[in-house]
Amino acid sequence: MAKLAIRGGRIVDPANELDGTGTVCVDGGKIVSVLAEPEGFVADQVIEAAGKIVCPGFIDLSTRLREPGHSRKGTFKSETLAAASAGVTSLCLQPDTKPVIDTPAVAELIKELADNARYPQIYPIAALTQKLEGNELSSMLSLKQAGCIAVGNASRPIANLLILRRAMEYAASHGLVLMYRPNDFWLGSQGCAHEGAVATRYGLPGIPDTAETIAVEQCLELVVLTGCRVHFGQLSCRRAVIKIQQAQKYGMAVTADVAIHHLHLTEEDMAPFDSAYHVLPPFRTERDKAYLRQGLAGGIIGCICSDHQPHDLDAKLGAFPETEPGLSSLETLLPLTLKLVAQHAITLEQGIAALTRNPAAVVGLKAGSLTPGLPADICVFDPNLEWPVNAQTWRSKGRNTPFWGHTFKGRVTETLQAGQVIYRLASS
Amino acid sequence: MIALQLTTEGRLKHFLTVEGLSRNLLTEILDTAESFVGGPGQPIKKVPLLRGKTIVNLFFENSTRTRTTFELAAKRLSADVLNMSIATSSTAKGESLLDTIRNLEAMFVDMFVVRHNISGSAHFIAQHTAPHISVINAGDGQHAHPTQAMLDMFTIRQIKPDFAKLRVAIIGDILHSRVARSQIQALNTLGAAEVRVIAPKTLLPTHVESLGVSVCHSLTEGLKDIDVIIMLRLQKERMASALLPSEAEYFKCFGLTESKLKIAKTDAIVMHPGPINRGVEIESSVADGPQSVILRQVSNGIAVRMAILSMAMQPQGGG
Repeated sequence: MAKLAIRGGRIVDPANELDGTGTVCVDGGKIVSVLAEPEGFVADQVIEAAGKIVCPGFIDLSTRLREPGHSRKGTFKSETLAAASAGVTSLCLQPDTKPVIDTPAVAELIKELADNARYPQIYPIAALTQKLEGNELSSMLSLKQAGCIAVGNASRPIANLLILRRAMEYAASHGLVLMYRPNDFWLGSQGCAHEGAVATRYGLPGIPDTAETIAVEQCLELVVLTGCRVHFGQLSCRRAVIKIQQAQKYGMAVTADVAIHHLHLTEEDMAPFDSAYHVLPPFRTERDKAYLRQGLAGGIIGCICSDHQPHDLDAKLGAFPETEPGLSSLETLLPLTLKLVAQHAITLEQGIAALTRNPAAVVGLKAGSLTPGLPADICVFDPNLEWPVNAQTWRSKGRNTPFWGHTFKGRVTETLQAGQVIYRLASS
Repeated sequence: MIALQLTTEGRLKHFLTVEGLSRNLLTEILDTAESFVGGPGQPIKKVPLLRGKTIVNLFFENSTRTRTTFELAAKRLSADVLNMSIATSSTAKGESLLDTIRNLEAMFVDMFVVRHNISGSAHFIAQHTAPHISVINAGDGQHAHPTQAMLDMFTIRQIKPDFAKLRVAIIGDILHSRVARSQIQALNTLGAAEVRVIAPKTLLPTHVESLGVSVCHSLTEGLKDIDVIIMLRLQKERMASALLPSEAEYFKCFGLTESKLKIAKTDAIVMHPGPINRGVEIESSVADGPQSVILRQVSNGIAVRMAILSMAMQPQGGG
């Protein structure tokens, strides 16, 4: 395998507390050195990274590629290319595919699809319960053996706490982390927008933040009871952050992530009935957004995910409550993280840690760092490159983003997966 | 919202919501409606303003009063009217809302009057229909029912011309009411002294104050100093979804009776968008009593809808 050198870039690797200018050398698909080039290292291929940032490839804890089952919305080919172009080298696939990832056969099918796509590493999350219905346990051990990295409920609330308890006990028995999106079945299943002033004005059925905080509280209690390792996914409100902060202070090993767009948008940003803003959990208030940012800066929320949910046009073409929720968001992951840095909400190191080191730790991946010996999963990006979000620049099949037509700053120029360049920006 | 329903000259293009419209424009609607009203007890004369225009009443949800008055209004304006009730037909066949609209567009219509049970539907149609077509919202989900609100304002103004002096109480199921939302916006835009909502918490949106109202949970307290009483219809389904214990208890707390009516100002008027549930939200003797203007609201619906239809069609005629 080729020897490769990425020269002259600012290397930021939070896992190794490293931030400096130099060279990353890759040989045999693995990282051999960082900062200084080893004597006698002759590169077959050089990536000039002056003015750019070189960091570990991103690890996305919540993604939908839409295959199997919804190839109208996205395919492994289209969405893994989108992921590679966004600097993502590992991604966790939510189990709400069709069929649901609740049998080893589906997990194996996904691995097969992933191998053919050749792009980022794909780690399926197994459904916690069969068909995600919240009634019967899935075969978690078999699913783990078939390559599933964790268990989760996708965005389907589990109504029955006894089932949740049993599922958590069983997951804990097999050392599986639960990726839990907190949403109370009764309080959170009916609405399509944050229960606040905007939903009141537009007559939209609301989802109160209480739907999330109650589910967090209940799950934390069950963590105490079951000892299950829980990662809370896609937090949206202030009081959920506070509850998790308190649990962490108490010594509980719970972690959390936030979807990148929830760090930027609120209910007030929604143009009237614009389905591009229809997402679950819903965009909440300015105050919630501020707390999510603080939670990220303070380390309570360790990870930023894309919660990528590409849709076909028809899915978003209708009156707001009738459209499908979710944003196509892989490609906004880096620029919106850099925007947080530009707005002084977090440091660059915190932003990169939230996309690399921290998510790797959540699911126990040997990735997310530039440690010599590890596979060379690397993202090179130009933090100052401006680009418009349009049909020429966008890779995902889903164009369902409220940022369509916006101009972003910061773009991935090269993505390496185990030493292979899996993406290179055409003009770079 | 404002941009979508107005032309670049600030004229009405669609009428989707009262929100964001100026006091001048609302007053213009009321004044235009005035010009259509005949003498006392006289029916409205037919005028040729919309001759050659085709209006489709597109009702995805049942309605008698609203559809009929829209039809009458269109006919008095000399337009051709097509009534379509597609609550169960096309959508049941899997045809999307947009397909239905496209098919009708292909039949060279000029205006859609739309009622739909989903909030935002009229807005969605206005955004996606051909540019020469106007859309009038005849009620969308829990969002807005702007023509109902305007006919209510018209009725109020006939009896009590100075909005600045008025305290208005809206009583009942505010949470599910598109009528209430539009009334509140219209009353606030027209400068009412106070808009008060009276209901149990289960029938109020959590952030109802943000609409610009004061809130009261007791009818006997809430009716004090009130000039205009607007009763809302209580849907029977509310009992099943644990919002209320029973019709009887609701009537006891929030039903408008003769004795409770006395708490309001002596010249207070009683309104209801209809259809009324006698003995549930209002006592028959009040609904049919001297302070009730419920039937007048219905009559006024024709003139107000004529005003709105003709104003929304104007940009095409005048450029």
